[in-house]
Amino acid sequence: TNRSFSSTASPRAVTLIPGDGVGPLVTDAVEQVMKAMKAPVYFDRYEVRGDMKCMPEEVMDSIKKNKVCLKGGLMTPVGGGVSSLNVQMRKELDLYASIVHCFTLPGLPTRHNDVDIVVIRENTEGEYAGLEHEVVPGVVESLKVITKYCSERIAKFAFEYADVNKRKKVTAVHKANIMKLADGLFLESCREVAAKYPEIQYEEIIVDNCCMQLVSKPEQFDVMVTPNLYGNLIANTTAGLAGGTGVMPGGNVGTDQAVFEQGASAGNVGNEKILKLKKANPVALLLSSAMMLRHLEFPSFADRLETAVRRVIAEGKFRTKDVGGDSTTQEVVDAIIAAVD
Amino acid sequence: TFTSAASESNLIRATLFPGDGIGPEIAESVKQIFKVAKVPIEWEEHYVGKEIDPRTNSFLTWESLESVRRNKVGLKGPMATPIGKGHRSLNLTLRKELNLYANVRPCYSLPGYKTRYDDVNLITIRENTEGEYSGLEHQVVRGVVESLKIITRQASLRVAEYAFHYAKTHGRERVSAIHKANIMQKTDGLFLKCCREVAEKYPEIKYEEVVIDNCCMMLVKNPALFDVLVMPNLYGDIISDLCAGLIVAILAREVLLLLRPCMVQHLILPERIVHGRIKAVLSRIISSEQAGFVEGRSIVENVLFVQEIIAEIRKRGKPRNLNLANPTALLLSSVSMLRHLELHDKADRIQDAILKTIAEGKYRTGDLGGTASTTEFTNSICDHL
Ligand SMILES: Nc1ncnc2c1ncn2[C@@H]1O[C@H](COP(=O)(O)OP(=O)(O)OP(=O)(O)O)[C@@H](O)[C@H]1O
Ligand SMILES: Nc1ncnc2c1ncn2[C@@H]1O[C@H](COP(=O)(O)OP(=O)(O)OP(=O)(O)O)[C@@H](O)[C@H]1O
Ligand SMILES: [Mg+2]
Ligand SMILES: [Mg+2]
Repeated sequence: TNRSFSSTASPRAVTLIPGDGVGPLVTDAVEQVMKAMKAPVYFDRYEVRGDMKCMPEEVMDSIKKNKVCLKGGLMTPVGGGVSSLNVQMRKELDLYASIVHCFTLPGLPTRHNDVDIVVIRENTEGEYAGLEHEVVPGVVESLKVITKYCSERIAKFAFEYADVNKRKKVTAVHKANIMKLADGLFLESCREVAAKYPEIQYEEIIVDNCCMQLVSKPEQFDVMVTPNLYGNLIANTTAGLAGGTGVMPGGNVGTDQAVFEQGASAGNVGNEKILKLKKANPVALLLSSAMMLRHLEFPSFADRLETAVRRVIAEGKFRTKDVGGDSTTQEVVDAIIAAVD
Repeated sequence: TFTSAASESNLIRATLFPGDGIGPEIAESVKQIFKVAKVPIEWEEHYVGKEIDPRTNSFLTWESLESVRRNKVGLKGPMATPIGKGHRSLNLTLRKELNLYANVRPCYSLPGYKTRYDDVNLITIRENTEGEYSGLEHQVVRGVVESLKIITRQASLRVAEYAFHYAKTHGRERVSAIHKANIMQKTDGLFLKCCREVAEKYPEIKYEEVVIDNCCMMLVKNPALFDVLVMPNLYGDIISDLCAGLIVAILAREVLLLLRPCMVQHLILPERIVHGRIKAVLSRIISSEQAGFVEGRSIVENVLFVQEIIAEIRKRGKPRNLNLANPTALLLSSVSMLRHLELHDKADRIQDAILKTIAEGKYRTGDLGGTASTTEFTNSICDHL
């Protein structure tokens, strides 16, 4: 960690995927801010579109080499036999843990004030197994696969995260009253891991109840660990409580690689209007970049970036429309650059 | 089990399951209000049996099920299934045996009753017979299990048909199909395809498709964006509870400490029915295995525990009649029933009276922060009729 304090830290290469929709706008914002901060990173840029058949090989190679990637959103086509590039990437790189940090930013008016939740979601199996078939015409089946191996490692990841980040509680989300074997196995794995962390409180909650509790009393949750689909819903619900797509950071982490992106994109890469006016919110991806800097062990750069973003939000002079302002992406970026000390 | 032998020919027969726990109390409230409002309904009351009926493999008797089949309509209070005794859940029995394929849960903020979101007015319609709830699971090898989600054209079409019909007959403008077809292309894809087919038959109703994660986010940011939502089983389970959370009251801390949370399924309002005084006996009644009322337990379980506790307290002869329950949820369900029977003027009158009573705030039950008993609340509604 000493490294990060000296400006002579050897710069790291990061694969950059601007992606679709607002992606190029917000990744450009990150590049500008990183440059202004003289952060010890440089970007290898690759153009990828969500409607490509598969992730180009050179991109995968680049991520494997650099071990870290920053990406804008990739649109997932609904139906039409094209499988999601996001899912492909997570599977191929075995990015087994998705982390979404949902918290209220001081100064942003939201309906709840004390949200500070980290959703840790199993990212490689479950409902996303992609095993589906037609049994007879008009009857289709989809397989949800849960393994001990994946459940254990995500549980370990969650408790380790809680431990390192001095969090007090881990809540496992499930529907084991209905899916007794599948979610049962997930819970069993969580319990076993929980036993090894006696200083961290462990709780379980059924997913429907969880959503109700989330929207009525979100302050009761801390770290949540979930199978694939529930995590997707929980993260988006929580993000919605705390300000939405435009401000929630996130990342996907595996043993060797990590990909950082907006935490709760909800498949949203922005609309025509926002693109034309250049008013996408850069905050989410900037906060994701701070997570990335921390992952690269440049904590002082991460802190500086985060502080600057928070200051601009708190001052409230430059905000994009999704968080109640009327600024362009560039205006927010300029304000953040001015706020970086 | 017929309540009355009187058979005026213009009376509509309906089955009534008062249910357990607070059930009979709140069912009484419905009966009283229906009588005052001169609703032309004759109730056939049925209670859950003390023994398993081998014909249904449940505590629900064959006669009870027949009664609903014959009358085609029923109103039911909460029913407790003894947990962990290996019998089919009563609710599940009802849904399966009667093929109740659509679970309709209206959700709206009540005027005069402060909640965090005051612009909720939506209906969730959940497919109730298949999907992730197939119960088909197996272990492939040690440490690897699979769970099957089944979507059929037949079930998807009929629930979509129900949703559009509901929208049309209830003056709703838009139906949103909620899905995750970008990941589950075949199963959720089939569900969407069926919704689209039905949508074509209802050109006057707007149709849209929303990915479930986006739906979650939109709901908490701005629930007013939605009107009628139709979706497969699991999504419906999650979304309907999420919506119920939106209209949970903001209560003062002291009130929260007195009351424990609980909600009755199918119903509209979250009901908090256990009073502080029960806390004292909780530990004696509930074993640590059955950690009801502990945060994190499912709602169904919580309901069952409230009922068990109340039953237990009654048995011990402590407070005779708790008379604390809020009957609003069952009452509003009975209003839905009246609409189903096309008795719209009666439905309007009763609904107005309920809303007025709540808005007026003079008589509120404990869960809404008041001190009124079930009877006082009910009488006040009758006065407003
Ligand atoms: N970084 C971002 N990533 C994704 N979407 C963004 C981002 N920044 C802004 N947006 C836009 O914000 C919108 C979400 O905000 P919100 O739902 O509050 O606005 P909206 O109601 O969609 O706006 P409009 O009135 O233009 O329809 C999305 O439509 C999206 O286009
Ligand atoms: N083995 C099973 N096979 C098929 N369906 C089942 C099975 N077990 C339970 N169900 C269904 O599961 C649902 C009950 O579980 P769930 O926890 O979702 O209750 P719910 O109706 O959502 O109630 P609440 O709103 O109180 O949670 C019912 O729809 C029931 O029909
Ligand atoms: Mg929007
Ligand atoms: Mg439920």
